[in-house]
Amino acid sequence: MTGYILSRLIRAALTLLITVSLVFVFIRFSGDPAAALVPPDAPEEVIEQYRQAMGLDQPLWKQYSGYIGGILQGDFGYSVHTGRAVEDIFLERLPFTLRLGLSALTIALVFGIGLGVVAAIRRGTAIDRIVMGFSVFAFAMPNFLFGLVLILVGALVFQVFLGGADGWVLMPALTLGLAAMGSFARFARSSLLETINAPYVRAAEARGVPFRRRILRHAAPNAAIPLVTLIGLSLGSLIAGSVVTEQVFAWPGVGQLLVRSVATRDIATVQFLVLAVAATMVVANLVVDFLYLVIDPRIRAK
Amino acid sequence: MADAGPSDPLLTVNGLSVALPPSGDRAEAVSTVSLEIGRSEVLCLVGESGSGKTVVGQTILGMLPRALTVTAGDVHFEGSRLPPQRDAAYRVLRSAKIATIFQDATASLDPVQRIGTQLDEILEVHGVARAERRARTLETLGSVALKDPERIYRAYPHQLSGGQAQRVVIAAALLLTPSVLIADEPTTALDVTTQAEILALIDRLRKERGLGVLFITHDFGVVADIADRVAVMKDGHVVEQGSAADVLNRPQDPYTQKLLAAAQPRMRHTGQAARDHLLEAEGVSLTYHVGGIFNRRDIRAVRDVSLSVAPGRTVAVVGESGSGKSSLARCLLRLEELDEGAIRFRGTDLTHAKGGALRSFRKAVQVVLQDPYAALNPRQTIRSAVAEGPIIHGIPRAEAYARAEELLVLTGLSVQAADRYPQEFSGGQRQRICIARALAMEPEILIADEAVSALDVSIQAQILDLFADMQRTFGFAMLFITHDLRVARAISDEILVMKAGQVVERGSAEQVLHAPSHAYTRALLQSAPGQGFFSEAGSAA
Repeated sequence: MTGYILSRLIRAALTLLITVSLVFVFIRFSGDPAAALVPPDAPEEVIEQYRQAMGLDQPLWKQYSGYIGGILQGDFGYSVHTGRAVEDIFLERLPFTLRLGLSALTIALVFGIGLGVVAAIRRGTAIDRIVMGFSVFAFAMPNFLFGLVLILVGALVFQVFLGGADGWVLMPALTLGLAAMGSFARFARSSLLETINAPYVRAAEARGVPFRRRILRHAAPNAAIPLVTLIGLSLGSLIAGSVVTEQVFAWPGVGQLLVRSVATRDIATVQFLVLAVAATMVVANLVVDFLYLVIDPRIRAK
Repeated sequence: MADAGPSDPLLTVNGLSVALPPSGDRAEAVSTVSLEIGRSEVLCLVGESGSGKTVVGQTILGMLPRALTVTAGDVHFEGSRLPPQRDAAYRVLRSAKIATIFQDATASLDPVQRIGTQLDEILEVHGVARAERRARTLETLGSVALKDPERIYRAYPHQLSGGQAQRVVIAAALLLTPSVLIADEPTTALDVTTQAEILALIDRLRKERGLGVLFITHDFGVVADIADRVAVMKDGHVVEQGSAADVLNRPQDPYTQKLLAAAQPRMRHTGQAARDHLLEAEGVSLTYHVGGIFNRRDIRAVRDVSLSVAPGRTVAVVGESGSGKSSLARCLLRLEELDEGAIRFRGTDLTHAKGGALRSFRKAVQVVLQDPYAALNPRQTIRSAVAEGPIIHGIPRAEAYARAEELLVLTGLSVQAADRYPQEFSGGQRQRICIARALAMEPEILIADEAVSALDVSIQAQILDLFADMQRTFGFAMLFITHDLRVARAISDEILVMKAGQVVERGSAEQVLHAPSHAYTRALLQSAPGQGFFSEAGSAA
């Protein structure tokens, strides 16, 4: 078990290092950030000044080691536009994104798994077909479109504006969580159907264990094992989706910041945000790996 | 058996018929079946897969799948009629009065719960007070001869061996002192030595507790060991029923006679000792490395095994699960890199062969595997499956197809089979297809890894005959890997017995089976079910 934990931790650290390096490389290969900061007709000397100020005239390896060294000391650099430390800008935005992301995840988990369980227990009935039809729709619906529809309906029918920092979180959260809800519902259903018919659930029936208890104590915990993996993976698409959703709802979160920073070639901010997203994913997957230890004794044994 | 008078049966099944859905391959799963089980009595319900024997067990438990309906007859338990199928009233009957154990014990335990929790739950749902439950569970675990019940109580299912798991499942069935036990193939998945122990346990428990047992099996060896009475099922009908002595010694129905004949051990008449070496292994060792970087473990699957197969001869490798016999086959097929030792074919060392040399070796060595369902691509026609190998090795398509049809006929199928897909065939027919596919390569040696283990006993006999026929026709050598001494006896010239990766005994089939020198071989021979019955029948014949 110690080996399992240790290997997961090392893997996580390696993933972060590789991500950080790739971001560093990609940003430097996608055009000159200094040139993007100045007007198109700026003289070459001005651009050169900017380059020196940003350290872009240094050899690549030096830039890289300085960058990594900075990260290790907690120095993530400064935004070229505002001159503020990027982590401060990030922390300002984070509460909005957390509120949106966690609301979306909660909606997806509660409704997705709930609907999936209902569909599995009522397999083959009209309820099952309606739930599955809905989850295909939820999964297939692009979130920018669904967000726009919600705003339109809200504005035209209920005369309320749903966007902006003071907006209500429900609409963007629904938009963001919809696709994950659909995939959780489908996966929960198929996973539970498999365990409902598993020999140990039949055996529990033959031992006189009542239906509700068979589902809750035996079928559901076993069905949760693969579902936990899916939830960990879908965090990635939630983060990706938040970029679009925040844009549509003018939600002042990290996603919006990322779009803005990329557009303005704010290197330090982009680097930091990508690192933050990668760290979130890595931590989420670590949590999933450790959750396995809790819910599956067969992994604990390894 | 003496006190099991027909006057007070525990359980009676009266004229039971169960309809299959319209898509089924016959109208009824079970047709007018009548059975009786008395106190302390073991009734063996014998039949091949699809005979309806499991459906009878499910009906008694009220657990018939929704697609099946009882159309006639009923079941009485201790004098009163059982409720309709899936009725809520069954909840108090199951486990408390009528308990059941299944074929795959490990699969019938929840993998993420401790054994103690699962057994405790049974007592809880039947209203046993919390204070009593733990002591009672531990006591029952002890009564099924599990050593260290405390440890088992805390263990998870994956930490148990197959035999331990089956004991736990038996303990689960006996927690509430039921009067009837339905045992559906409870020993089929176990090694012979473990099987013998479980049979002895069931026999002891029914005597101690006066348990009536419905023992569902396909194995006449098991029947001979445990049955008081026997009912033989075929296509949903009971074709013969009577005392074990009558049915086994004086079978009336032709189907019973056929099944018994197929279960009878046969001895192959062997020629003189082999001189040539076709395929040789010398001092072969194989270690599997499992786990990650931090928890690496080594499993020594094969240790210093040498063997030689001569042209046209058959060598059987016998061992229980985990003995390394399949790993040895993988070594011989050059699917594993050896730690040590050498593999030679026609005297050429192929231990590290690559490219062309390895390819021509692969052509000369063909394999037939255990599971005929998994061994055929469901989206490939039979013709294409059989002809694929020769085509890859450069035979013109038309010629390969013609040859494939010939082989299908030779292996007992028809030319029409060539255009069909695997799922249209039964297990036995699929194994014929696999054999045809192997023969299409014109192999010099055929390696059969548990090739008849998944088949019903009468089919098993047919496939063994087919192997022998084909060997006479084509003259290839065979390496036959099996856990079943009866199979080894029927097909081999020489036998190797493996245990924990090592060969513990080797010799001619005659010598190993009649004068075993190693204690383990003797244990295997003694554990084989139906010893007494078959050796008497054998000497009488």
